[in-house]
Amino acid sequence: MQKPVNQRAWILVLPVVALVAFSSLIPMMTVVNYSFQDSFGGNDFFWVGLEWYRELLRSERLWDALGRQLLFSFIILMIEIPLGILVALAMPKKGWLASLCLVLMALPLLIPYNVVGTIWQVFGRADIGLLGRVLTDLGISYNYAQNAFDAWVTVIAMDVWHWTSLVALLSYAGLRSIPSAYYQAAKIDQASRWSVFRYIELPKMRGVLVIAVLLRFMDSFMIYTEPFVLTGGGPGNATTFLSIDLVKMALGQFDLGPAAAFSLMYFLVILLISYVFYTVMVTIDKDEAAQ
Amino acid sequence: MVAITLENLAHSYHPDPQSEGDFALKEVNHTWEDGRAYALLGPSGCGKTTLLNIMSGLLQPTRGRILFGDTDATALSTAQRNIAQVFQFPVVYDTMSVGQNLAFPLRNRGLDPQYIAGRVERIAQMIGLDGHLQQKARGLTADLKQKISLGRGLVREDVNAILFDEPLTVIDPHMKWELRTQLKSLHREFGLTMVYVTHDQTEALTFAEKVVVMHDGMIVQIGTPQELFETPAHVFVGYFIGSPGMNFVPVTVEGAKAHTHGHIAELAHDYGKPSGEVVLGVRPEFLRLTKGDGLPVRIERVQDAGRQKVIRATLFDTEINIVADAGVVIEADMTNVTFDPAKASIFCDDWRIEGRATSSIKANIKANITGTGAGQTS
Repeated sequence: MQKPVNQRAWILVLPVVALVAFSSLIPMMTVVNYSFQDSFGGNDFFWVGLEWYRELLRSERLWDALGRQLLFSFIILMIEIPLGILVALAMPKKGWLASLCLVLMALPLLIPYNVVGTIWQVFGRADIGLLGRVLTDLGISYNYAQNAFDAWVTVIAMDVWHWTSLVALLSYAGLRSIPSAYYQAAKIDQASRWSVFRYIELPKMRGVLVIAVLLRFMDSFMIYTEPFVLTGGGPGNATTFLSIDLVKMALGQFDLGPAAAFSLMYFLVILLISYVFYTVMVTIDKDEAAQ
Repeated sequence: MVAITLENLAHSYHPDPQSEGDFALKEVNHTWEDGRAYALLGPSGCGKTTLLNIMSGLLQPTRGRILFGDTDATALSTAQRNIAQVFQFPVVYDTMSVGQNLAFPLRNRGLDPQYIAGRVERIAQMIGLDGHLQQKARGLTADLKQKISLGRGLVREDVNAILFDEPLTVIDPHMKWELRTQLKSLHREFGLTMVYVTHDQTEALTFAEKVVVMHDGMIVQIGTPQELFETPAHVFVGYFIGSPGMNFVPVTVEGAKAHTHGHIAELAHDYGKPSGEVVLGVRPEFLRLTKGDGLPVRIERVQDAGRQKVIRATLFDTEINIVADAGVVIEADMTNVTFDPAKASIFCDDWRIEGRATSSIKANIKANITGTGAGQTS
């Protein structure tokens, strides 16, 4: 049966459209406007067309930042997803220990980003930080402020510390939803522990794992606060990720035109990833509904 | 293949059971004879699944032993016991194909791939999955998935018994009949011991040679469908088997006569003078409406159930059901009910009691409460 279409319902959406226009659409159009123009201050603008886009696409600076960004996201996914699953598998199934674990796991997620950055900044300092001091005393040269490799290790360790519990909690929820009959059947079929993981737990966790991967990818792709507080993007440009670079360009150098073009391209990339995210989710839902 | 003996088996989910009430499974002594088809029948929460899980080794009993033949298997793991189990909800390995699912238990035992392929092929053919072997197990319907579960049990040649835990719960009604028939023919073909847990009496009575009725953590009767119907050992069996269940009328019994409200009903046996709470139990099928003979009843309503009529009536202050053929005409002056004394049972404190034969006819009914028979190894 065809349901009658009532177009008047759109009127009810108008207030929201107005609100979104003021908070997002109009500011974004300003950014679009900036990206095609040049300004030397004094609110004078000159039309430059696609010049900023062309320049940015040719600039090493943008590609380097994008490369660092992708490498960072790749590394933290490779660590956080398996580690999160392992933690979830090791967590107690019930009792007060399970509740305790859940609370402890949620703690890092509740700490504000800039506080996480500050914690690690102090933690890693060679003079007063517990980690930095211990490493230095053990004879390992470690200085995240001067050594690019050390800076990367610290940024990654920080992200793993901050976000692995999200993956673990999601995986834990997925594991808990597996009916006990599956484990009993596996016992009867003499399945090894690995087989149980490979053929029961992993397939049943697929849905939550996809969400975990996509959430962590998106979030790490936009990372700003923690490395900014920890290293400020240094040493040199070693930990300058896309968003840090963008802020440097827009507010540090006040290059409004290039920064606007940069942020629009950044926005398109995010939009593209969101689209992939959405498509994958919908396919999984369909798959699960078909079962 | 061996007989499976349960010896003084009891289980409690409490860590430290104190009273009888703490036990989900009260003391059970029973032998599942090799190669027979049993149904374990009882309402939800009566301990059926507990008993099943203890047999398959998924649960350790609080007390008692399980013998496979003559060997004590209580401490053996599920895998060592070689028992297959089909669960209420179909368990399939989602990412594998149907064929891989069937091969899984054999692959885990490290058997020769060539042998596995042949065996899988054969079993698939027997249970009607041969057309689906390459298909992913995930997208199949519930009845095919349940067949996969069953197949994973059947592929193992060393399997001692297959336990079914309400396997048809999620199957469409029209498929239930077909699957049950197939199970019966598979039972004949393989000669495996099968234990089928269900709360559906039709399922139990059509599937099994022997039905084990459980109530409140206890086995109350073991018998053929006919025995359960005609000589229920416990009021629960009378009430649970049959649709509608047995009628129970409180009476006082003296010798071969039952007294109630100043009326007397003749019985087929001499019961002496039983003390305790005594009830007379008669199946609705064995009651007949008459014009004047027997006990007075008031008819409340008549339900047409296809081939039969179910008549609801009040006998003194007890509600009873009478089942009559659809062709029977119920007349206004049918105000009494009679029954065949040979088909009536007397229960004292919920358990059926046997009477001595009043004349030459000897009661040849034996309530078969505890199973006997020592285990035998094959």
